[in-house]
Amino acid sequence: MRKPAPWVYLAAAMVYGFLYVPLLIVVVYSFNDSRLNAEWVGFTMHWYQVLAADSDMLTAAGHSLLIAFTASLSATLLGTLAGLAMHRYRPRLLPYLVIGPVAMPEVLLGVSLLVFFIQVLHLTLGMLSVILAHITFSIGFVAIVVRVRLAGMDEKIFEAARDLGATPWQTFRWVTFPLIRPGVAAGALMAFALSLDDFVITFFTAGVGVSTLPLQIYSMIKIAVTPEVNAVSALLMLLTLALVVIASRLDKGLIRAAS
Amino acid sequence: MSRMIESRLTRRLVGTPPTLFLLIFFLAPFLIIAFASFQYPGEFGGLAPLTGHGNGDHGLTLENYQFFFSDFIFTEIFLHSLLVATLSTLLCLLLAYPVAWLIAHSARKHRDLLVLLAILPFASNFLIRVYAWMIILGPQAALAKAVNGMLALIGLEPVSLLFSPFAVLVGMVYVHLPFMILPLYTSLERHDPLWLDAAQDLGANAWQRFWRVTWPLSLPGVFAGSALVFIPVLGMFAIPDILGGTRDMLIGNLIKDQFLGVRDWPFGATLSVMLTLAVLALAALAGRAARQGRRHEQ
Repeated sequence: MRKPAPWVYLAAAMVYGFLYVPLLIVVVYSFNDSRLNAEWVGFTMHWYQVLAADSDMLTAAGHSLLIAFTASLSATLLGTLAGLAMHRYRPRLLPYLVIGPVAMPEVLLGVSLLVFFIQVLHLTLGMLSVILAHITFSIGFVAIVVRVRLAGMDEKIFEAARDLGATPWQTFRWVTFPLIRPGVAAGALMAFALSLDDFVITFFTAGVGVSTLPLQIYSMIKIAVTPEVNAVSALLMLLTLALVVIASRLDKGLIRAAS
Repeated sequence: MSRMIESRLTRRLVGTPPTLFLLIFFLAPFLIIAFASFQYPGEFGGLAPLTGHGNGDHGLTLENYQFFFSDFIFTEIFLHSLLVATLSTLLCLLLAYPVAWLIAHSARKHRDLLVLLAILPFASNFLIRVYAWMIILGPQAALAKAVNGMLALIGLEPVSLLFSPFAVLVGMVYVHLPFMILPLYTSLERHDPLWLDAAQDLGANAWQRFWRVTWPLSLPGVFAGSALVFIPVLGMFAIPDILGGTRDMLIGNLIKDQFLGVRDWPFGATLSVMLTLAVLALAALAGRAARQGRRHEQ
């Protein structure tokens, strides 16, 4: 193994620092006894107490969880089907439909869904429109993870099941599904995390009907920044950290699939 | 025979639901936006009806596209966005290369952990990552004080780090960096170390080994990463909105304003069509370059 030059280690360490120091600052200042995020004054849990009493923020968090749960469940179902269909039947159109919402700048998906919901469906923007929008961009991620998982498998297993007289459903239920289950679970967690995290598409499709955690954070950042934002950020980081750890435990190939 | 019918039925059952959902919620909205770019704005926002009764514009028009080209300011915003996206991509490439190189050359058992560490910040909320830079670049923070202290020493006016093009660039690079690290790493990881040994045996120095061997071989990863950074940056509105000043408007901000601010949907749709065309052209270009790179690799 060729060892990288010392300056490569140094440069890489600096980049890792660049990635982590800003987040660390957010967390540290969430315990800072000062309204300004400027210098360390002293330790306090005050901002977490403020957060716990902020009913708007809590309502938004409830909405976010409900949306993430519903959208990730639906996206997992549709995404798994899409992954299976793409692997098994090589459809022409589906891969483009699956990749499109992932590859396009989010703003385009946001505005096109806004126009579609209002002009075509005559839907009042709110919980439903946000859930539909989140399903749309999550399907691709689930489909890709499931497909990568299927691609690594020996086709002979499925052929064997068929030769032994299994119906397509039996083959799926007893052979395919147990094999792709870790991928499906990891995809579901990914869809959940993406939905919880989404700002741009929610921003266009939520209207005044519903507020989510990212929308609430955005309005706080834009209007009046207090370390309460840091507190909610720190808690959210903890949550996503947990999700990522679980997802990577479930499917070792997930990190590879993500690239 | 019944087996063939059965398999066709399975195929329908598996493929139809996701295809139908995405046709309705992805393709149809896009086609509607494309169509709306030829419509007139409605009297109270939205779109004007296609068939008219009474006064007010109705039907189809090219006016939105004429309006786009009538004022150079729109082209300028497009060019500015392309410039920001180019700079962000280059900076990401510069920062990602040593990291990807280090991961690809680490012991196998450390690689997954190093990759996870590189993408973990990406798992925290997007707004939080942007907000972090509001704190770091803020006027009361140590960085701004240090910079302005130094500027004062050489007799220059203090500057604002936050709400500047600089802040926008930093935010873009910070948010998109993992997108560059991952494809670069997957590309570098596949390289056979023997190639570098061969180059060394043939007398190539470190720089030549990088520039003549590693770099050309990593081009598929470079192009894939560049597409993954360039395209989202090109359409980004939230980062300029939060970290930028009033003059740092990008296409994304312009589009957002048409739909939510001034409520001129048809012009917003026109801008969206232009952005889509730019993205498709870039994706095609990156795809071609990556294919050529892969051929090069073989």
